[in-house]
Amino acid sequence: MSFLLIDHVTKYFSNPSGAGQVCIFKDATIKIEKGEFVTCIGHSGCGKSTLLNIIAGLETPTEGGIILNGREASGPGLDRMVVFQNFALMPWMTVFENIALAVRSAYPDWSREQVSAHVTKYIQLVGLKGAENKRPVALSGGMKQRVGLARAFSIEPKVLLLDEPFAQIDALTRGVIQEELIQMWNNSRNTVFMVTHDVDEAILLSDRILLMTNGPEARIAEEVHVSIPRPRSRETIIEHPHYYKIRNHIIHFLVRHAKHGVGEGMPGTNGSPVMVNFEQDSVVTH
Amino acid sequence: MESTNRTILPELTRTTRAEASLKLPIHWFQAGVASTKRWLTRWRSASHVQNQRGGGMAAQSQGNPWYMAGFVLVLFLLSWHFFTLRSSFDQRGLTEEQLQMMEFNGDIVRVPDGSYAWNPEKEKVSGIPGPLAVLAKAREELSEAFVKKGTNDHGIAYLVFYTVSRFAGGFLAASVIAIMLGVILGLNKVLFRAANPFIQIMKPISPLAWMPLLLYTVKDPKWTAVLVVFMAAVWPTLATTAFGVSSLRKEYLHVAAIVQLSWVERLFKVILPGAAPTIVNGLRISFGSALVAVVPAEMLLGELGVGYLSWIEWNNLDIAGVIFAILVVGVVGVILDSGFNKLAGYVTYQE
Repeated sequence: MSFLLIDHVTKYFSNPSGAGQVCIFKDATIKIEKGEFVTCIGHSGCGKSTLLNIIAGLETPTEGGIILNGREASGPGLDRMVVFQNFALMPWMTVFENIALAVRSAYPDWSREQVSAHVTKYIQLVGLKGAENKRPVALSGGMKQRVGLARAFSIEPKVLLLDEPFAQIDALTRGVIQEELIQMWNNSRNTVFMVTHDVDEAILLSDRILLMTNGPEARIAEEVHVSIPRPRSRETIIEHPHYYKIRNHIIHFLVRHAKHGVGEGMPGTNGSPVMVNFEQDSVVTH
Repeated sequence: MESTNRTILPELTRTTRAEASLKLPIHWFQAGVASTKRWLTRWRSASHVQNQRGGGMAAQSQGNPWYMAGFVLVLFLLSWHFFTLRSSFDQRGLTEEQLQMMEFNGDIVRVPDGSYAWNPEKEKVSGIPGPLAVLAKAREELSEAFVKKGTNDHGIAYLVFYTVSRFAGGFLAASVIAIMLGVILGLNKVLFRAANPFIQIMKPISPLAWMPLLLYTVKDPKWTAVLVVFMAAVWPTLATTAFGVSSLRKEYLHVAAIVQLSWVERLFKVILPGAAPTIVNGLRISFGSALVAVVPAEMLLGELGVGYLSWIEWNNLDIAGVIFAILVVGVVGVILDSGFNKLAGYVTYQE
């Protein structure tokens, strides 16, 4: 049994025009092992953020459910922390207070000193030493998301959910923070589910990449195994022979096939996603 | 550009001279004139430049605003003084009979040296009193600020205290209740939409319109005045709090939900601080309307206070007293308002 199981999750939204319902996605089933980094990629509006919110417990699925470590996880909880696209830092709190709010809740029996030491440790880890008492308004986008990451890692969640975490950060800073994320993840080895638009980011960070077709009634059409060994860095990863194969494959899917929802050629048997692995050359025929 | 350069140079020297001569009022006056003149010329040349460049450059504003404000005040006081000045009584060309008739009518009085002067009692209600008369009245009132002469004749300090405590009681009670209700409505969209028509109807009703009903119900003018303030203050805060809470960014609540805050923590650490800027805006509107309501409430109910002072001075036909009462209302308002702004500064944040 996998560590995190997204079990036949279906989501309907009521139609904004009133009558009827729109199916966002149907029967999404994802199995994630402990310590795995899985990314979901797809066009805007395909429902990938909704899927992430359902895992986080912030939205309820119409059908199906989330099973984490053998138990159903319904409703939000400290075991599934989200890093938000627009940071979601409380602007009336300092950097320290923002992180401490989460730490105090995660470890309610800790003393003030323990909380303070823990928060300081994570602030140092993301390189924000000296900015403890600044408010988010005084920070750049990159620094804000570093606080977001520190907050998420500080409560040591079972599953880390990244919702387009670097979409609002400029391209140069983005690369730096991506590598910081790799380092933090190397130390903590949380299970991560990320949602993104950015193909390079997905390849750099993930073990597996799920390709989602366009909505409505989106589904996970393909599952690409990133056959590039870790540790990875932005510089070396592009020299790996599989890098451009994977990249082209994904872009090819996004440009040509996402709309039709059939992936590369035929859909997999019984509706499960097509497996793509360049390592074992087990690509389902083009 | 040439024209602006030419104007800036002499101004620098002028400003330093004006600042060096702070001590003499006449220099204040000169500086005020200079400041105003400078502002006028700059305004003219700036609009000129703007016309030439098609509105490319914004007008720069320099000069000391305090000098300008002081200058306007002095100008106002002087013109007030001269427009309300009455010549002293001139008995030349009047016969003894005419003088006796005037004295009989009470227009003039005989002064100890045998000549006549305008009757000071009648002077009070002929025309508008000048600034000196108001100043004299103010000195008289302030000198006995802490004296209670009778049941309805308390010193100005007492009156201010009554008004402020009446205002504070009504405003604080209204704010607490409005914020509590507003949070409940803001968190529940259905309740908010159900309650909104009522709030919208209640909001524009003048708080004074409630007064007869309130007086009839509570049968006590003291509490009626507090309740009028309450009625003035409750609706704007309620409406804006509900709005502020309902438009709080979803992510804040999401974070609160993920880190499993209890509802008390959620309320005091996330919802209230997050909605604080909007709530403070509502409080500010409430504050203004409550301050406006407290004066006529005191007048109509005959409750001791600064609003009552204005009315009692009118009943005494003491116009200088009325003007003094108006000034007191203004000063009390400014002091309360600046206190409120201090408070507001602590709870607002930048997004």
